[in-house]
Parts: sequence; structure tokens; C-alpha cells
Amino acid sequence: MMMLYARRRFRNMTMLVLSVGATLAGLGWLVLILWTLVVEGMSGLSLKVFTEMTPPPGSDGGLLNPIVGSLIMTSLAVAVGTPIGIFAGTYMAEYGRYSPLTQVVRFINDILLSAPSIIVGLFIYEVMVAPMGHFSAYAGAVALAVIVIPVVVRTTEDMLLLVPKELREAATALGMPRLYVIRRVSYRAAKAGILTGILLAIARISGETAPILFTALNNQFFSADLNAPMASLPAVIFQFALSPYKDWQKLAWTGALIITLAVLALSIIARMLAASRKTS
Amino acid sequence: MTFAITRMMAPVPVVGNPLPIGGGAEKITIRKLNFYYGDHCALKDINVSLYAKKVMAFIGPSGCGKSTFLRVLNRIYDLYPNQRAEGEVLLDGKNILAADQDLNLLRARVGMVFQKPTPFPMTIYENIAFGVRLYERLSKSELDGQVEQALRRAAIWEEVKDKLNANGLSLSGGQQQRLCIARTIAVKPEVILLDEPCSALDPIATAKIEELIDELKNDYTIVIVTHNMQQAARVSDFTAFMYLGEMIEFNTTTFIFTNPENRRTQDYITGRFG
Repeated sequence: MMMLYARRRFRNMTMLVLSVGATLAGLGWLVLILWTLVVEGMSGLSLKVFTEMTPPPGSDGGLLNPIVGSLIMTSLAVAVGTPIGIFAGTYMAEYGRYSPLTQVVRFINDILLSAPSIIVGLFIYEVMVAPMGHFSAYAGAVALAVIVIPVVVRTTEDMLLLVPKELREAATALGMPRLYVIRRVSYRAAKAGILTGILLAIARISGETAPILFTALNNQFFSADLNAPMASLPAVIFQFALSPYKDWQKLAWTGALIITLAVLALSIIARMLAASRKTS
Repeated sequence: MTFAITRMMAPVPVVGNPLPIGGGAEKITIRKLNFYYGDHCALKDINVSLYAKKVMAFIGPSGCGKSTFLRVLNRIYDLYPNQRAEGEVLLDGKNILAADQDLNLLRARVGMVFQKPTPFPMTIYENIAFGVRLYERLSKSELDGQVEQALRRAAIWEEVKDKLNANGLSLSGGQQQRLCIARTIAVKPEVILLDEPCSALDPIATAKIEELIDELKNDYTIVIVTHNMQQAARVSDFTAFMYLGEMIEFNTTTFIFTNPENRRTQDYITGRFG
């Protein structure tokens, strides 16, 4: 009896040590990365970063054009991808819940969700950049939108499926037309979750480099022309970090820090929204 | 003397099935109703008449089809594929199972309150106003009046009048259920379906809902499904006993609870099974 108990205790301890060890190991790297990022990035962080263009090697400058470029392309991508994603998710969870088409769409969407983003970049290169004959912010935004869509489809569907069927029945039993049930009851109940999904999608695309390199490329100068190559933070980080110039490398660190902080802020907002969903 | 005593002890002779004595006008007539979940037949050849401005209680063991029966009356089952009803359900003489029946219109006439309170994720005021706005264009003050009236009728006005802008979900279970009843009444239906409305409530809240049912039957035809036989006996004028998808017996509540014709009804109400 005691033997058995002692053995269980031992096994429990082993398991505990292993899981704590694994957690610490994983967390350790993360802390190390963040620490390096903060130390290296902070030293270059100044007002100039937000007010001046990317410099030629050896001179002073900032990250204004890539920051603006990232904002423009991300906004466009979200503006295009979110409605498509929400409508598709709504079809899958509401109108077409029992339709075979939904099964097919869900399967394909899951593949798209986990597809390497470089494939998205190549695809947009083939269908937009090559025919147009030049890189452009349009192509960049479309590539990012293609990444946004599956994330939003998935969260919208999941969140709508979480709305209790009793609520939908109750609304229907009042004689409410389907569209009203969805808009006024289902969406309202799933609002926080869907918003969280959109924020996570923004966080996801704000760091994507591969699809940008194949579509919007990069731009040394400030450009608001959507039909021309546009700078973006990930692309500039990629270019500057690989360069041999010390001041470029420093700006790359600063850019990385800015993206990380932005994503962190989005994640915090998303978490707060998710928490408010649980309590309401 | 002995003779007299024997006579006094003899069972009171029972007059036969009093149906449809005292039934009054038929609001809903059901003929040969069969209901299927896929291939499974959940209701078998139901024939029954539901009377206007009376309370009809449906009792029976779990899975006997009483909730299914209720879900046919407003065709809420239409939300799901593979569920279908055959036969006739005549509401004021018109078959609601017909393909050309406008479902939203039907559900406006036949309201439903569910087992679990289901307030919408919005304010108490909006919970009521929402349904009203579907059918009427009203000014703000008229709408306010309608909302108050519905909440008063559902006997919850006094408890919520100072917090109409609070979330409907912030109310207690019993209050939520009365809010749901208010919401149903606000649409001005003719028939109210209650699907075990008290099963999630404590005895005090249950008593309030029962009082409410008694009050509401002056204006509405009420069909209630309940697991609680005392409740059926307390609130209803007629009681139906269902078993395995069949309607075993339908009669006045007094009759069913004192002298049921069918052996299984008697076994069920005396607690021998179910």
C-alpha cells in the first residue's frame, strides 16, 4: 500500500519537474529574444525614427516610410479581408450550417490557414505582379488580405457556433426573420470573439515578410502611390538586418521592436475583449 | 343500516369521458400528426384539439415527445434539416404545416417560452422593444408604453422598472424567465407555448410563473409542457398524457388526475413509472 503510494508520488514529482522544466526552457528563449530586442531596439528609438525617411548607408534617418507603408497595406488588407471573412464565416455557421459546401469550405480554409505565407506571396506575384509588370502596394495588400481571410473566417464561424442554439430559437420563435436573428442576436452575442479574431489577424499580418517581398517589394523613398512599390517594416527590417552597415542594423532592431510592441498591444486588447465576453 | 353503510362506501360512479364538454372553441386542431427526426418517428398519429383561452398541459416521461409536439405548433423545428412533420395542424382552421405558411407570421401568432431562460444579450428594455418593433412602427413614447405593459403583465415591472437599461443577463433566473414571457407577450400572440418554463427555477419563482399563467389564460391559449405533475394539476384545464410518441389520453385535468381511463396514465400519475 505504502509502496504504491510512494511510487505515485515519485511519478507525480517526475512529471512536475519535466513540465516545469519544459515551460522554463521555452520561456527562457522567449525572454532572451525579447530582452535582446528591447536592449538593441531601445538604443535606436527616438523621435527621428517616426519623422525621417530610411537613410542611405552612413547617414542619419528614421523609419517613417516603412511605418506608413505598413499601416497603409495592413489597413487595406483588413478592409478587404475582414468583410469577406465575416460573410463567409456567417454563411458557414448560420445559413449553410448543414450544407456540404460548408464542409468543403472549412477544409480548404483550414489548409489556407496553415499555408506558408511565402506561397501566398508567390501566388499573388503570379496573378498580380507579373501581369502588371511591376511590384505594387496593391499586390502587397491583396497578399496580406489572403492571409487575413482564413483567420477571420475561422474565428467568425467558431464564435457564431458558440452562440447557444436556444438563443437563436428564442429569436426565431418571436417571428424574427433570419437576417434579424443573425444581425441583432447572433452577431451581438459573438461580437467580442469576432473582434478578437480580427485583431489577431492584424497582429499576424503586421509581421509577415515573405508575401510582402514578392508583391510590394520595398521602397527607399516615401511613396503613397498604391500602384508603385511601397516600403514596409518587415521588408525594411529584412533588408537592413542583412546589410553590413551598423546604422542600418540598428534601425532594423528598432523596427522589430516597434512591430513587437504593436502586436503586443493588439494581443492585450484582444485578451481584454475576450475577457469581457466571458463576463458579460 | 348495514345496507346504508355499504352504499356510502361504494365507489362514486364515474360518468364517461366528458370530452369535449366545456372545451369551448377549438383554437388548434391536430389531425393525424406524425413527426420524424430523420427516420425516427417521434410523434405517432396525434389527434387532439386545443381550446381557446384554456391551459393545456402535456405530461409524460422524458423522451415521450411532448417537447417535440410543442415545437411543431410554431414550426420551430423548421430550423433544422431532417426534421419533418406530416398530417394537419389547423390554427383557426388553416393548416400551418402547409408549404405556403409564412413562418414569421405564424411565430408572431404562436409565441414560445423555452426551458432555459434566454434573454438576448441586450438591455431589458431592448429585449422587449425588439420584438415589438418587428411588427409595429411606434413613437418612442408608445413603445415605452408597450414595453411597460408587457413587463407589467409578466409581473416583473416592479423589479426592473429602475434598471431598464441593465443587461437582460444580469437578472436572476426567475426574473429572466419572466422577462422572456414578457417578450413573448409583447408581440401579442394568440397562443403561448411554454416548454418546461419552471424546470430551471426555484419554488418561489415557479409560484410566480404559475400565477402568471393563471392570469394570462384570460387572453391567450396556453400550451405547457411540464415534468411536474403537481404543476400540471395546478395550472391546467386540460391535461394530455403522452408516452413513447403517442397521445395516450387527453381530458380535463380533474378527470386525468382523479380517474384516468388508461392504465398507463394512472401508473404515471401515481408515480409507478416515468
